[in-house]
Amino acid sequence: MQIALDHDRLFGALADATRRDIVRRAIDGQEGVAELAGHYSMTFAAVQKHVAILERAGLVTKRRIGRRKVVRTNLEGLRTARRLLDQYEELWRDRVARMTTLLTEGTKETDR
Amino acid sequence: MTVTAIRKDPAARTMTLEAEFDAPAERVWQLWADPRQLERWWGPPTYPATVDSHELRPGGRVEYHMTGPEGDQPKGFWEVDEVEPPHRLVFRDGFANDDWTPNTEFPMTTATVTIEDAGGITRMRIESEFPSVEAMEQLAAMGMEEGLRQAVGQIDAILAEEPARR
Repeated sequence: MQIALDHDRLFGALADATRRDIVRRAIDGQEGVAELAGHYSMTFAAVQKHVAILERAGLVTKRRIGRRKVVRTNLEGLRTARRLLDQYEELWRDRVARMTTLLTEGTKETDR
Repeated sequence: MTVTAIRKDPAARTMTLEAEFDAPAERVWQLWADPRQLERWWGPPTYPATVDSHELRPGGRVEYHMTGPEGDQPKGFWEVDEVEPPHRLVFRDGFANDDWTPNTEFPMTTATVTIEDAGGITRMRIESEFPSVEAMEQLAAMGMEEGLRQAVGQIDAILAEEPARR
């Protein structure tokens, strides 16, 4: 199944701690909504709502295994969010590396 | 590596980087406050930066251009919001048209730089905030084009050829 990733939805869905936890648990893809709800002190309906938000954001999918429906994390959605920040991290890491070089040269200059 | 921590918060659209330097805070501040030093680390070796104007005061502007391998010269600027030497600098970073007007096709990011003494060393924190997810995507894509994945060794070699400035 093809899932279009809407980036604002994606980041909005990840803004909630419970939903981030659901995403972590659903990586194994073994539990249905009822089992997931057992991990939290909130109603089944509330957990169901969180799962629906994650599903719309493309972060989890529901799959049928036999008679059961399990919630499974869509790793591609998670990777998209990480990738964007990773690239920006690299830009600043490179800048800090150049800063360090400059500072090291400065010290040598003073010592002379 | 002097980078000691990276915190990425996709939901808040921020990235916070912490680095430690074996130099006094005043010296680290000069990396930002002295245009000749700023231009030696701001751009990657493939796109070195030249600082054209440098007004480091609230409401001031810093203007720079970069020179690419094909001779292309993209322009950029900062709009400076807060300056507290040698500890704090807040500015918005954007791209400019040829006449230095803001290029609104590209988003601006807000950078908050904090420099503090930490017992013999200096800790610098940079928090970058993006206006939207699209903005993050756009800037990330540009970063790739400008060859930011240069090996650190190569960068060091290029910088080592130049005489140190004070």
